[in-house]
Amino acid sequence: MYRWDFLPVLANADLLLQGLVNTLAVTGTALAFGIPLGLALALARLSGRRWLAWPAGFVIEFFRTTPPLVQLFWFFFALPVLIRVEMTPFMAAALTFSIQSAAFFAEVFRGGIVSIERGQWEAARALGMTPPQSMRRIILPQAVKRMIPAFMERAIELMKTTTLVATVSYADLLFQANEIAQKTFRPLEVFTVAAGIYFTVILLFSLMARQLERRLAVSGESTVH
Amino acid sequence: MAEPLLRTIGLRKSFGEREVLRGIDLSVAPGERIAILGASGSGKSTFLRCLNFMEIPTAGSVELGGRMLGAERKRRDGGIDRVYAEPELTRVRQRVGMVFQQFNLFPHMTALENVMEGLRTVKGVKAPAARERAMAELARVGLADHAEQYPARLSGGQKQRVAIARALAMDPELLLFDEPTSALDPELVGEVLGVIRSLAEEGRTMLLVTHELGFAYHVATRVIFIADGEIHESGTPDEVLKHPQRERTQAFLARHREFSL
Repeated sequence: MYRWDFLPVLANADLLLQGLVNTLAVTGTALAFGIPLGLALALARLSGRRWLAWPAGFVIEFFRTTPPLVQLFWFFFALPVLIRVEMTPFMAAALTFSIQSAAFFAEVFRGGIVSIERGQWEAARALGMTPPQSMRRIILPQAVKRMIPAFMERAIELMKTTTLVATVSYADLLFQANEIAQKTFRPLEVFTVAAGIYFTVILLFSLMARQLERRLAVSGESTVH
Repeated sequence: MAEPLLRTIGLRKSFGEREVLRGIDLSVAPGERIAILGASGSGKSTFLRCLNFMEIPTAGSVELGGRMLGAERKRRDGGIDRVYAEPELTRVRQRVGMVFQQFNLFPHMTALENVMEGLRTVKGVKAPAARERAMAELARVGLADHAEQYPARLSGGQKQRVAIARALAMDPELLLFDEPTSALDPELVGEVLGVIRSLAEEGRTMLLVTHELGFAYHVATRVIFIADGEIHESGTPDEVLKHPQRERTQAFLARHREFSL
């Protein structure tokens, strides 16, 4: 019978905490850049102008269909060779996951936007709104509301995918857990705790998102049931 | 006769191979209230939607306030198309209000915000002035006490009255009603027709696609009957509804009266 001993993990709690901070830093950066960029990609793809729609479509499909690990290696190892930039593990990770999540968010945005009934466009246009005004005032606010569940799904997926950054020696939560495991010979305990941290953080965000959905549900139509 | 507010000349509209409007000439004088009747699929809604360019006409032209809209463009085969630039259409739509069959209220805004939206976003009116104006329009349609309600909490009749207030707030020169009561439960039709009648009494210019023959008879100054994308018969309500001259108009009216008391 295996005897669980969490004391060594507790002794290295500061390292785990540091790892969590780093994980949140990459995830937060990727969200901060990925969401606006995703919106821009979605609008470009929907614009009806080929010179905008095609490049946007290419970026979206390329980053959705290639493995994130390859993208990360490419930004970390290949980009510095090609354009002579210093690439820290954090920069490579932030860049990779910003663009990669933008590609996924673009599709979430696009799905939300096209799900809004034609009548909403017509009512906005009939008042004399320009297409950009209609999008900003009428379509997007409704689309964003419908997108929250899909959006949350992507954000969770993103946070878990960032564990790949350990491969370029970025000290995220999983990287730190691995270090502690090798140091203390207590991998079961360390990885159990690490999983518990992911679980807790993501559950917390999930609950906050539901709270947000409820608050946005005041107008009567919403995704909460 | 006064200069027409709106005039269509040979207006045509096709969806792919299907020709829905086959050349409609209509002149609307200020203060006229024209009821447009026709069987479903006759093209009457499409005609209305061409007037504020929810649909772009395939051929023919529209004049608003004496000015022809759009610009000519030569086709390769030598014919001439009219093309419409988005900024011009945006300006036209500010002058031509529309009320839809399905209301199309903005569900993420309260009744008041729905009515304020055009004033704020399109006309750039400051919030306090827009609020005051919007409240006045809501009061006109009898919904001042529902200003803070979201559309989801309003009945169909109330929604349509908010939609009318939303259109009125823009001070349109011409109002288009596209079957405004067709989506309503029968007991809610009256309140909406009542609001439209009060607008008629103010002398507003309006075009109304409707199946409410009695309402058309009492409120319209002119009735046109559209069949197969053309104006089949046109005249005063008395002429068209009481003494129709043409067979298809008579058959249409007979079908409508079949089950009336």
